[in-house]
Amino acid sequence: MSETKKFLYLNRKAPYGTIYALESLEVVLIGAAFEQDVSLAFVDDGVFQLTKGQNTKGIGMKDFSPTYRALGDYDVNKLYVEKESLEERGLSLDDLMPLTYEDEDDDYAEKDSIRVVSRAEMAQIMDEQDVILSF
Amino acid sequence: MSILHIVNKSPFERNSLASCLGHALDGSSVLLFEDGVYGAIKGTSFSDTLGAAMASRSVYVLGPDLAARGIDESKLVDGVKVVDYAGFVDLSAESDKVQSWL
Amino acid sequence: MKFAIQINEGPYQHQSADSAYQFAKAALEKGHEIFRIFFYHDGVNNGTRLTTPPQDDRHITNRWVELAEKYDLDLVVCVAAAQRRGIADADEAKRNGKDADNIAPKFRISGLGQLIEAGIQSDRLVVFGD
Repeated sequence: MSETKKFLYLNRKAPYGTIYALESLEVVLIGAAFEQDVSLAFVDDGVFQLTKGQNTKGIGMKDFSPTYRALGDYDVNKLYVEKESLEERGLSLDDLMPLTYEDEDDDYAEKDSIRVVSRAEMAQIMDEQDVILSF
Repeated sequence: MSILHIVNKSPFERNSLASCLGHALDGSSVLLFEDGVYGAIKGTSFSDTLGAAMASRSVYVLGPDLAARGIDESKLVDGVKVVDYAGFVDLSAESDKVQSWL
Repeated sequence: MKFAIQINEGPYQHQSADSAYQFAKAALEKGHEIFRIFFYHDGVNNGTRLTTPPQDDRHITNRWVELAEKYDLDLVVCVAAAQRRGIADADEAKRNGKDADNIAPKFRISGLGQLIEAGIQSDRLVVFGD
């Protein structure tokens, strides 16, 4: 019998300055094949991973932000973004890439993957997990 | 459900400990190790924050990391408990999961 | 209890590999099992046998090898992270047309699925990083 666990990927770092965001995303994509209950948390500078308008041409690095849009196709559709972390950085939901998935239980209706939650809600989400992968 | 939060960063350099304390539910445990041990010293700009968090959470510090940095246990915020690596293992086993604040 | 350990940083630059080693050793000495130690990000650099620290310093790679020999540990280096950073075993070197390999004994190179599997199979996953 295969066991299903609740996995949380905790992202607290901005992209490009270090490789953590990119390599974290690689784990999420591989992990999707294991059919676990997957959530992603974006806290502190991790919220910068999801901002619109990233253009890496000038720094000679690959822009991996489009990959977040593919997550819905991998059934990774619980992206919790912390409200306080956004506000501290002068950001709101409008500054983030629109990320969606098709809900197969609801006639494939297109739904938002990003769920803005308060710090208190985020603490509860962390508490509900079985495994927390930090990058 | 309870989490053992582990923090290895000085609160004077990064917000890992502040963020951890902002998410650590009542009844959870926090272990400070590596440069995280600097967050357990009394009389710093961070001591009051840690003290307040300790009203409803247990805070531990890794003894070998304290010793390596020349910090005497008498310098710690009241109530912080010192553990060794075996104690770190025990805390991990007693909690439901371990969350790293990198 | 069954532990899994993830190490995100290379040796010497950060204390992560040292902390992870001390944790693993303490857990094993207490009779716990370590299902797997997974090296990711710069952590893959723990697995090069070319590591040559000064004689009066600890040899982080050899320390892993000795612990693995004593307790039959599964030391897994992430293939994608390893390719980026030039860590290769004989098969990887051949596949990528390289003239040498550098993986230390007892380490093996495998995919990220090994990390997920470790999370599923073990009771606790502990991440050491920066």
